[in-house]
Amino acid sequence: MNVSNRPPSYRLGVDVGGTFTDLIVIDEETGRAVRDKVPSTPHDPSEAVIAGARQLAEKAGISAADLSMFLHGTTVATNAVLEHKIARVGLIVTEGYRHILQIARSLVPGGLAAWIVWPKPTPMAPLEATIEAHERIGADGAIVRPLDEAALRHSLKRLAAEKVEAITVCLMNSYLNDAHERRIAEICAEELPGLPVSLSADILPEMQEYERALTTVANSAVRPTVSRYVGNLENALKDWGTTAKLNLLRSDGGLMSAEKSRTAPVNLLMSGPAGGVAGAVWIAKNAGFPNVLTLDMGGTSTDVALIEDYQPRLRRETSVGHLTVRASSLDVKTVGAGGGSIATVPELTRALRVGPQSAGAVPGPAAYGRGGELPTVTDANVVLGYLPENLLGGAFKLDREASRRAVQTVADALGLPLLEAAAGIIAIVNETMFGALRLVSVQQGYDPRDFALMAFGGAGPLHGNAMGMLMGSWPVIIPPSPGVLCAYGDATTRLRVDAQRSFNRLVTQTNDAEVGAVIDELIAQTSGELAAEGVAASEVEIRVEIDVRYAGQAFEVPLYSPPGSTIASLAERFDAEHKRLFTFNLSVPQELVNIRVVALGKAANVSATRIDRGNGSPAAARVRDHEVWMDGQARAAAIYDRSLLKAGDIVPGPAVITEMDSTTLVHNGHIATVDNFANLLITPEA
Amino acid sequence: MPARIIETNPQPFAARAIDPVTLDIIENALRNARIEMDATLVRTAMSPGIREQGDAFPMIANPAGKMIVGQFGSFIDGFLKGWDGTIEEGDMIFLSDPYSCEGAISHSNDWLVLLPVYRSGRLVAWTAMFGHQSDIGGKVAGSMPIDARSIFEEGVRIPPVKIWKKGEYNEDLIKLIMHQTRKPDWCAADLNALIASCRVAARRIDEMCARFGEDEVVAAMDALLARNHRAMKALIASSVSTDKVSFEDYVCDDGVGYGPYKIKCTMSRVGDKVVLDFDGTDPQSDAAINFYLNENMFKMFFGIYMIMVFDPQIMFNDGFYDLIEVKIPEGSLLKPRYPAALSGRTHALGRIFDLLGALLGQRTPEFLCAAGFSSSPHLMYSGRDQRPGKAGEWFQLFQIGFGGIPGKPFGDGPDGHSLWPGFTNVPNEFLERYFPLRIERYEALADTGGAGKFRGGNGILMTYRFLSAGTVSIHDDRWFTYPWGVNGGEPGARARKILEKADGTQTIVANKLDSLDVEAGDQLHFITWGGGGWGNPLERDPALVGLEIRQGLVSVAGARAYGVVADADGVVDTAATAALRAELAASQPAEAAIFNRGGSIEELRARCAAETGLPAPRPPVWHFAEAAE
Repeated sequence: MNVSNRPPSYRLGVDVGGTFTDLIVIDEETGRAVRDKVPSTPHDPSEAVIAGARQLAEKAGISAADLSMFLHGTTVATNAVLEHKIARVGLIVTEGYRHILQIARSLVPGGLAAWIVWPKPTPMAPLEATIEAHERIGADGAIVRPLDEAALRHSLKRLAAEKVEAITVCLMNSYLNDAHERRIAEICAEELPGLPVSLSADILPEMQEYERALTTVANSAVRPTVSRYVGNLENALKDWGTTAKLNLLRSDGGLMSAEKSRTAPVNLLMSGPAGGVAGAVWIAKNAGFPNVLTLDMGGTSTDVALIEDYQPRLRRETSVGHLTVRASSLDVKTVGAGGGSIATVPELTRALRVGPQSAGAVPGPAAYGRGGELPTVTDANVVLGYLPENLLGGAFKLDREASRRAVQTVADALGLPLLEAAAGIIAIVNETMFGALRLVSVQQGYDPRDFALMAFGGAGPLHGNAMGMLMGSWPVIIPPSPGVLCAYGDATTRLRVDAQRSFNRLVTQTNDAEVGAVIDELIAQTSGELAAEGVAASEVEIRVEIDVRYAGQAFEVPLYSPPGSTIASLAERFDAEHKRLFTFNLSVPQELVNIRVVALGKAANVSATRIDRGNGSPAAARVRDHEVWMDGQARAAAIYDRSLLKAGDIVPGPAVITEMDSTTLVHNGHIATVDNFANLLITPEA
Repeated sequence: MPARIIETNPQPFAARAIDPVTLDIIENALRNARIEMDATLVRTAMSPGIREQGDAFPMIANPAGKMIVGQFGSFIDGFLKGWDGTIEEGDMIFLSDPYSCEGAISHSNDWLVLLPVYRSGRLVAWTAMFGHQSDIGGKVAGSMPIDARSIFEEGVRIPPVKIWKKGEYNEDLIKLIMHQTRKPDWCAADLNALIASCRVAARRIDEMCARFGEDEVVAAMDALLARNHRAMKALIASSVSTDKVSFEDYVCDDGVGYGPYKIKCTMSRVGDKVVLDFDGTDPQSDAAINFYLNENMFKMFFGIYMIMVFDPQIMFNDGFYDLIEVKIPEGSLLKPRYPAALSGRTHALGRIFDLLGALLGQRTPEFLCAAGFSSSPHLMYSGRDQRPGKAGEWFQLFQIGFGGIPGKPFGDGPDGHSLWPGFTNVPNEFLERYFPLRIERYEALADTGGAGKFRGGNGILMTYRFLSAGTVSIHDDRWFTYPWGVNGGEPGARARKILEKADGTQTIVANKLDSLDVEAGDQLHFITWGGGGWGNPLERDPALVGLEIRQGLVSVAGARAYGVVADADGVVDTAATAALRAELAASQPAEAAIFNRGGSIEELRARCAAETGLPAPRPPVWHFAEAAE
């Protein structure tokens, strides 16, 4: 073991995927990075995390003591929600609001008469474990009726009888006055000691009682699971002998301390996809593309996001399965389209549908030869020659005949030749992803032609070129090892703490000093939290965000408020943004709804590894001749080994470029240029 | 003279065969464009009615005006027939008069914007959207005076006009209209939002044309219509009998003391076609509950119900219209003569859906749902805010309530939800912040859902405490007739409204009324309908009934309707339950009637005062007797 004398300065990033746990360790002083992967351990993901970390440290020649930070993206909270392995939550609400989660927003999703087929949902906190507190805060924050503490203590016995494992308190108008919520937390600590209590005024101090209640209940629901997981991890790290601080990747792409993640785990629900986007940001910075659309295509679903000026777009919501809560997350849209998506032709309409049903890993696409017989996107790719039968370096051989048989069923139902049916499947799945990409770009007022498109995940590089053609987004960037981008993201992002205040004043009713005072207070609070995490004051970066809308609207537009901006300049920028988004302005005053301060820690000092420069010809990497079906005809193509490509090499399409964990397809009329960091940059042929 | 469509490019669209893949792609793109219309509207509109509650409806149609995506079917055909004028590039049509568009919109509160989408000098599509304005002037705040005798009392009425004419904005027109409303700020924002939504969709269609070609997009829209026609034809052949099936249901009263009003429809299949005949529907009302039902809209309702009941995978559009014939008698409640008042049409509109469900399901009770799409309860509260510091500023609230979803063949109806698509409630914290009121209670009222194997959803008890004196209007129904249960299920509870003064005295108030003066400190208990139950309540799992006692959704007394004896903790007394169930089963008829309406109209009338605290409505007096039975 190589023991160094300098202070610990290695960042270790870990991303837990369904199959593999990817790890990367980065020397913050030199930027040197070492990667490794180990099989995931789904029964307790922390096992693979620790085992992998030890293995990686050995490979990199460092000791546990050399680590300064341990950074981790986790789907523990996500999976708890998806698999419904959540805590039994007791909910305390204002008198008269016991059915707040039952009534929800009264919305029945779908069109007219959709109620006929909509199954009745069950609230996340059981109704029988929901009790009312006799109290009331008014809409001005004043106490209308004081809290009846004796009655509450009595009611809490019912929660005990219901065997709740966590408690949420959400009272009417608590976003304006949290006194009753805090007092209830004290009483709970006395009456039901040991149960974690989440207050809505802490988790989401803003208007809208249902969203606030649900978000805080979701926090309680995943809290025991996350707490246990983080505890195990911390213990294991301690046993290993590292003093590195454990930080977890939040849904919004920032890092949070282990301690914070235990009390506010609702912020981890989209930790997984955030890793991919954060990794994409890092690749984009190295490659020099500030504006990027990301396409992370896996086996069952695809995540897309928009990065503008190296900043991923944020949204004020997080969605997991059917659950949508008000916690910030990277604006990642997920569609049920992946390599395993199944193609069907319903009898009545005879339309071609692809997904959202997926063949999953088992039985998987027909091509995998594991018993799958239904036609999938992967099978269509095989039939068209986009996925060669012999994957490079693989003992794995794809069963092309099985794919043809499967796709033939679609061809027969549509009355089309086999290859056209296969091309149809690809076109439909691309269209589904196109819809998702439009949601994050065009529908937000962005022109996709101003963006590059980064395709990664297991299947992204196969479809990236086609998506670039649909979107007009060039170049299409295929990062090296596109299957494992997330660990990079985990390792290269920054600590993030935010705080928000509900403001709700018209621009005509406030002034810069009043707004400034709130901002200063929030800055003091967030910087303090970062300082407690050991971040030096000089390294803290502050970002102020203000949610603005026209008085009377219900939806606000979050705007950055850089130092020196005034209410007047903010109002002006809001008008411009509103016009960009919605094509018009109104002559009513703007309302400043929420003020938010984000404090960020230091970014990692790490750059990607440069590769050797070649002579521009990819001949040395050419494996063999090949044939693909493209644009309605069979075309001569070639297969290349990506690991043998050098910087500056230009691969003409049609081509298939293979590597260990992924295959890239270059279309006819397009070229792939290798950049200094081994990215493939696909563009239309000049 | 019908409208003349001016196209500078005379070339007709070329016929194009669209391959199935391209067709699906265009279908998806159109669907996305529609979703985008909704999103744009909700984000920019200002009245809580549209913005929070989603009371607005988008549509994209082909050049012939047939709806390709949307919900309520196309009205463009009727508009084009009735409008003597030109349609040109750069035009945008604006209207709100139901009598100018064959009832495509059914009261003047709905403002409709219609945008012809041109490309290279040819009309390639239409986009349209309408939304409910919270106030358009007239005699009461909210512009829906229940006692109106003609449409002239119901606020500003806009015939089809060009808000944009060849690209030129008609500002004077808008000024004139905005001058008529109590809430010009909301109306202006909401109108802008409707326009922005139509423009967004138009932009998407333009992009589609650029990508696929104009001929291809137009041909694809035709192909989508044909696909729907094909699917619907098969569905009709397999699901609608040649025997005549009839159903009748009622609007409880007209708000001026008369009722109930009968709506009757008879369905049968003649060859490929379904005939829906409203013969037997009562004549129009002298007051405002008339519902001018557009035939095409009803075809769409019918089609959507068919699809939802029998095969939810089909995407609906106008393609099947010629497979359906709708007959509505002139001068009836559903086709009133001009200038009958129309603003209170929501009750008959809601009732149409209960009627449809019953018509389609009664031959196949396993597909039949109970009643519950019964109303769209409105509350309006307005006045000058008299709280300190508020300087008497004008406030005006229009709110739509929700209730119990019916019991269904596949399970319980949700409690306190909306049967209207896309509608949501307004957060109570929002109401409290922006209006002088406090919501003291907001719960799914126990036992209001009809008992059944699958319970109807509970209605909502919403208690408004008014913090400033003001004026209240209430528009609700199903207070006299019940949301019926089916296949042995009990009816849901009826709607009630109770005004409670500061001293605790309670008065039951009518479910349709205007100009109820309230004082600061008064409470209004606004109770909505419960959904009807589905199937024999004695077949419901007693443990589930016990759990629902603990959940506050069923009371100990209410549990007895399921034959369940339990205590306040929901602990079921198994022996007592078995005994009670045996006793109740013995008194049940051998075969349950398909529908349980809770009594005949005569019986309801006789029991009305005792049960509801309100006098029974008097039988209506007809002034257009030719439609009377």
